[in-house]
Amino acid sequence: MEWVVETRELSKFYNGVKAVEKLNLRIREGEIYGLLGPNGAGKTTTILMLLGLTEPTSGRALVYGYNSTTEPLKVKRITGYLPENVGFYEDLTARETLRYIARLNGIPDKESSSKIDEVLKSVGLSEVSEREVGKFSRGMTQRLGIATVLIKHPKFVILDEPTTGIDPEGASHILDLIVKMSREQNITVLLSSHLLHQVQRICDRVGIVSEGHLVGEGSIEQLGREIAGKEQTFLEVQVEELMPNIANSIRKIEGVKEVRSSGNLLSIRCDRDVRRQVSKVIVDSGTLPLQIRSRDYTLEEIYIRYFQRG
Amino acid sequence: MKVSGVFAVFWKELADNFGSRRFLILFILISLIGVFTTYLSSQAIVAKPAETPTEFLFLRLFTSQTQSLPSFVSFLGFFAPLLGIIFGFDAINSEHSRGTMSLVLSQPIFRDSLINGKFLSSLATIAITFASIILIVFGLDLRLLGILPEGPELSRLAVFFVMSIIYAGFYLSLGILFSVLFRRTTTSALTSMAVWFFFTFFLYMLANVIADYTVPITQEVTEEVILKHTRVQAMIMRFSPMTLYGESVNVVLNPSVRTLGPIFSEASEELIPAPLSLSQSLLIVWPQFVSLIALMLICFSVSYIVFMKQEIRSI
Ligand SMILES: Nc1ncnc2c1ncn2[C@@H]1O[C@H](COP(=O)(O)OP(=O)(O)OP(=O)(O)O)[C@@H](O)[C@H]1O
Ligand SMILES: [Mg+2]
Repeated sequence: MEWVVETRELSKFYNGVKAVEKLNLRIREGEIYGLLGPNGAGKTTTILMLLGLTEPTSGRALVYGYNSTTEPLKVKRITGYLPENVGFYEDLTARETLRYIARLNGIPDKESSSKIDEVLKSVGLSEVSEREVGKFSRGMTQRLGIATVLIKHPKFVILDEPTTGIDPEGASHILDLIVKMSREQNITVLLSSHLLHQVQRICDRVGIVSEGHLVGEGSIEQLGREIAGKEQTFLEVQVEELMPNIANSIRKIEGVKEVRSSGNLLSIRCDRDVRRQVSKVIVDSGTLPLQIRSRDYTLEEIYIRYFQRG
Repeated sequence: MKVSGVFAVFWKELADNFGSRRFLILFILISLIGVFTTYLSSQAIVAKPAETPTEFLFLRLFTSQTQSLPSFVSFLGFFAPLLGIIFGFDAINSEHSRGTMSLVLSQPIFRDSLINGKFLSSLATIAITFASIILIVFGLDLRLLGILPEGPELSRLAVFFVMSIIYAGFYLSLGILFSVLFRRTTTSALTSMAVWFFFTFFLYMLANVIADYTVPITQEVTEEVILKHTRVQAMIMRFSPMTLYGESVNVVLNPSVRTLGPIFSEASEELIPAPLSLSQSLLIVWPQFVSLIALMLICFSVSYIVFMKQEIRSI
């Protein structure tokens, strides 16, 4: 199968300082892939190398089979890119901005004008299409950014931290736009972020980068299971009545690491399956377990685990 | 595909240039100077018609100075650089600070389309500015003196036009160079202005000082010493693009000027005869003209090379 993105041992050093090292990344057609990592992990550097805007120190980056370093124009023709902290020409209106981007893509004005209306509508900027971009709010600017990506009819889209500096409602709107774009037009998306919940919400697969390395990859469930299998798991137990000594008795069970209680809910961290023993302790103490649920790892926990290891 | 990128950048930047306030201010300033100097020199011609040769009357409007005002050409020597600098100094670094650099370069264009498009559009703006000022002078002249330039005058004007563009083009590419080298627009603006100041004012003082030092002019001075003194001075002044430009256009616009060196009274008597042809005039200032072109191209090439190798991210 052909990968939309494939990097082979991709490395970038700035004057000997590592930014990305031996990164092997693969993205399938049609998926939304989240590149997750703390500040300085090398996400932006990787993206710039994918677009041929920065030369790798070693290794290769391929987009739809085109080598980004030697055939950047072919890559850029099919790839839409929304840079982090994108800016626009303040004096141009939204429509003029899109027309300029269309021209840079070799699309004549006759063809672009109807496309511009369509794109402005889909990002919700139709009403302000004649307003100068300098007067746009952060959220509107970011939506215009998505419009500049859509105007060129991309097969693959790279979004570098598209929701930073945007309020939750605006961020949610942008995430919806990304999902819509991906599903309706079958566009492959690479999204870089350090905002876990957003990544968790829309990404099919996640790659976690730390200090230039890919330290984990897969769907959220896979990543969680991987950690759970190796290390720990969580139980959430709802009891009929919280007896005073229950927590202490549970702590004595072998394999239990930590117990916290709030209301009639107990959260248990353990390194093996202790459901049987826990129910027994509860029944013995004179009350009833109403519900025992092993809880999945949240992305936050996965993320923190990976960095503790890395 | 390759050219379309340059064109897209070119047209956008051209619109930006003409819409910018700093351009408007400078354009008004230069036009006003053009109008004033033309008016005053035509008044002088009208007042004393006998003293002025009728040949090449139109060209005289550009080079003749009156008591109150220097000639239009020497004004241009001052202000044409500013026209180049205002378009050049923030060409590249403003794209970085605005955050539009990666937006534009992630489109399917070659990286050099951006810098080429900007350079060409600014050069075109400068050309249009000079052309419209020459036209203003045309119109004014037609009203005041009722004369129109003749064939040979037109070709000399065309050469003057090209020389002015190249002179401003040198400062344009110098500005672009600083906009590539410095990340802050204030730094590149100040540096460009400092270079302009150096070549326009400081070098003149420096030339005097050095000439006085190397060839001191004492009480019992011979003509030979004065000649040497002036030569030293002129040699140093030729490091300035303003001198190169001033000498070039003065020769091109004055068909009677046959030499660039100092002319002594006895000698100049004999030099009055027939005006030179354009190619003869050009031959005199060929080194100056070529130097100007070379300066412009060198500055632009260096900015081009540095820009092509530069990291796209500003940190
Ligand atoms: N032009 C440059 N010169 C030198 N070092 C650089 C340059 N650009 C980036 N770096 C370094 O490379 C490393 C990776 O940076 P990068 O911007 O790729 O991280 P990131 O994951 O995008 O971080 P963030 O979440 O802050 O955007 C950092 O340590 C950074 O300091
Ligand atoms: Mg980044």
